Amino acid sequence: MGIDLRSLSQRGGAGFLRVLRERWDRPVFAALASVSLIALGLILFFIFSEALPLFRTISLSNFFGGTWLPTVEPNRFGILPLLTGSGLVMVGALVVAIPFGLAAALFIAEIATGIIKDIAKSVLELLAGIPSVVYGFFGLMVLAPILQQIAHIPYRRTALLASLILGVMALPTIASLAEDALTAVPRSYREASLAMGASRWQTMWRVTFPAAFSGIIGAVILGMGRAIGETMAVLMLSGNAAQMVGSFLKPVRTLTATIALEMAETPFGSEHYHALFGIGAVLLIITLAMNWIAEALRGRLARKHGS
Amino acid sequence: MVTGTHDTKRETTAREWIRRNFDTQGVIQTEGLSFYYGKERVLQDVSLSIPLDGVTAIMGPSGCGKSTLLRTFNRMYELYRGARAEGKITFLGQDLLKADPVSLRKHIGMVFQRPNPFPKSIFENVIYGPKVHGIRKKSELQDIAEESLQRAALWDEVKDRLKESAFSLSGGQQQRLCIARALAVHPEVLLMDEPCSALDPKATDKIEQTTRELAEELTVVIVTHNLQQAARVSDHVAVLLAGGELAEFGPTRTVFDSPSDDRVCDYLCGRFG
Amino acid sequence: MMTGPAQIVKRRTTAQRVAFSLLTLASLLSFLALGAILYTVFRKGVSAISWEFLTKMPKSGMTQGGIYPMVLGSFYLTAGALISALPFGVISAIWLSEYAGGGWWVRTIRIGVNTLAGVPSIVFGLLGFAFFVNVLGLGASLLSGAFTLGILILPILIRAAEEALRSVPNEFREAALALGATQWRSVRTVVLPSAIPGIMTGAILGIGRAIGETAPILFTAAAIYKTRLPDTLIDTLMSRTMALPTHIFYMATENPRGWQAVDLQFGAALLLLGLVVCLNLGAVIWRTRVRRRKQW
Repeated sequence: MGIDLRSLSQRGGAGFLRVLRERWDRPVFAALASVSLIALGLILFFIFSEALPLFRTISLSNFFGGTWLPTVEPNRFGILPLLTGSGLVMVGALVVAIPFGLAAALFIAEIATGIIKDIAKSVLELLAGIPSVVYGFFGLMVLAPILQQIAHIPYRRTALLASLILGVMALPTIASLAEDALTAVPRSYREASLAMGASRWQTMWRVTFPAAFSGIIGAVILGMGRAIGETMAVLMLSGNAAQMVGSFLKPVRTLTATIALEMAETPFGSEHYHALFGIGAVLLIITLAMNWIAEALRGRLARKHGS
Repeated sequence: MVTGTHDTKRETTAREWIRRNFDTQGVIQTEGLSFYYGKERVLQDVSLSIPLDGVTAIMGPSGCGKSTLLRTFNRMYELYRGARAEGKITFLGQDLLKADPVSLRKHIGMVFQRPNPFPKSIFENVIYGPKVHGIRKKSELQDIAEESLQRAALWDEVKDRLKESAFSLSGGQQQRLCIARALAVHPEVLLMDEPCSALDPKATDKIEQTTRELAEELTVVIVTHNLQQAARVSDHVAVLLAGGELAEFGPTRTVFDSPSDDRVCDYLCGRFG
Repeated sequence: MMTGPAQIVKRRTTAQRVAFSLLTLASLLSFLALGAILYTVFRKGVSAISWEFLTKMPKSGMTQGGIYPMVLGSFYLTAGALISALPFGVISAIWLSEYAGGGWWVRTIRIGVNTLAGVPSIVFGLLGFAFFVNVLGLGASLLSGAFTLGILILPILIRAAEEALRSVPNEFREAALALGATQWRSVRTVVLPSAIPGIMTGAILGIGRAIGETAPILFTAAAIYKTRLPDTLIDTLMSRTMALPTHIFYMATENPRGWQAVDLQFGAALLLLGLVVCLNLGAVIWRTRVRRRKQW
């Protein structure tokens, strides 16, 4: 009687069945994971493939032209007014979100401690979690009348109104990512500065903030991406006039709102339908580019400080 | 099969069988073993034979590849990217590098540097291995748990709290739990990778004592960077030098008293001196 | 004027005090935004909330009665999204973290998943419209909406689950494998149980996201007004449905008689806001509790 070591050899008689029993996991997981990852990849494919037919009839320069008139003959599918609308609202949103977001980031990373810090972080998380339709509703029902009264604007829905709400929406993105960047700065930098007799504020402003700068820029860019891609709040608040405007006090129309407004009434496969997918493709390219730039900046920060 | 239904008598028989067939040859043998992480060579041309009886210590300066050598014996190195072994290793005469790692590890157990109990109860920890190997019967599992904990000298301390989390134990107790967990599979060989490096002297003492007792029943291979520990627990010792070269292998007394290699002498004296 | 060391220190502390006060004030203002939204919606909406409001059908062009079908629709959409996405999310995460290794293409996939989590929700709506509604021929229906939301939360679920799996210490895996467990066995009995709390947190956040999303269901699933609930399961799945977020949107912007029912609008907004805040708060609290209990 001895030890049966046949089981040690992979070429044993029952090898095939055992391999089946013990090794099924890797191929099965790979296959199922591929299905879901490919499904996600399909987004890119679909948006672009549905946008392409548009360019059989319309040149690229027409697509970036100055008139959006999709339903009236002769149809025009120039998205420039929508691009400027999105841009205007985004700039307004950043004016609100950058200073307040960075202040919140500095507050959480450098000033607050203990429970205050935890609460502040949770508040940001909650702020980020509020559905955009609720933001839009709040802006329309509460902020719009106030704003109209204060600024004496003839319009209820303006770029300004959309910008203000969008700023609050982009704020938590900027704040929490900038806070990550600040926290990623090694302690030793801070300690070195404080040990030389610099005050906490000097350390924060001259050492920590510059060290985290690329990450902070990354945070701002992701905030921009969030603002560009936001749909419901701007749809409800910006007034949706598809004209070129340069004023915050007038209604504007964004890329996202255009899709939301027009897709439901568009015949499947029509020129208009493909044009809306063209807008989707533009949105996708903008947000993907912003994501990648932000990711690269954050990666650079991590490499620089060896973390 | 030694797994499945197990009793001490049967284990003795298995050991007798190994003794009859592999006493001169050794339980684990390496021949011209080289090991690479990517392009970096960590072991070069290591040939040694782990004897059946007693404790074999593998020592050497840090980074000399002693843990790597240990991890070739149960093929744990395969978990790391770009790791590759060349040469020959046999376990009881069988080609170890061609064996199925999962069944190999039933026969060769391992205890790690830091105690690593599962986030489960003490009892669940010990019977994890037997359950993996298909033992379902509650009474049998209970017997195995008691026996393994006794062999690891932990039973008296935990017999009333088997349902408690393994993390409620002290560091030394956790490490002995890990030993018990490895023993529960009834391996022929137990690999210990610096098992005391995270423990205080008192806990270390206890583990060393347990190790000595275990060596009566199975083959123990222990990696250590602590020369005193090697002197205390081992019967045979292998000294690796930087670069992964095996410089010395033999009975502990001989190696410590009259090393044949000058570099080993420096290493040993430098520490003792 | 003399500038001795004392003055420099004094000036410096003054600068610090001013800067810190400004930063704290600005932060407080941003946190107040949350307070303002919660407070206003609560104050104006709480009077509308009642058992009848939650369980009765809407009446007279939705200016009276309850919002039962919207609540039910949102529940179905969210549940459908979670059921269709969670298994795929967890399986993908297990594969990425446990099986795929660390090659460059795995890193690429990881970045891709991260990026998709930042794609605007209206783009997911477009995808759902093109793929589920048109190509698969499901039409604008509850099913299309649920699948669209499922794809929307898939990157979130994958990311959360992978993070949870990767935070399980490698020592656990090594210990299990060294005992002769197969890789799947070690994943199933040791790694996955340790990661469950993290995965659950991700699922809760996913629910919170799906329940409030409007743009993706706008043209894949949403009905403006349906006077009665569908009779059969097939009918429920294959017809348009009302939902809380789209209801809030339609009432506030497109329903000409919306102003007659401002209270009810605030009530619906309060309900949605309350649900989302509770889900997120629950996830945050649970996460901290799990972290505190964690023993490794």
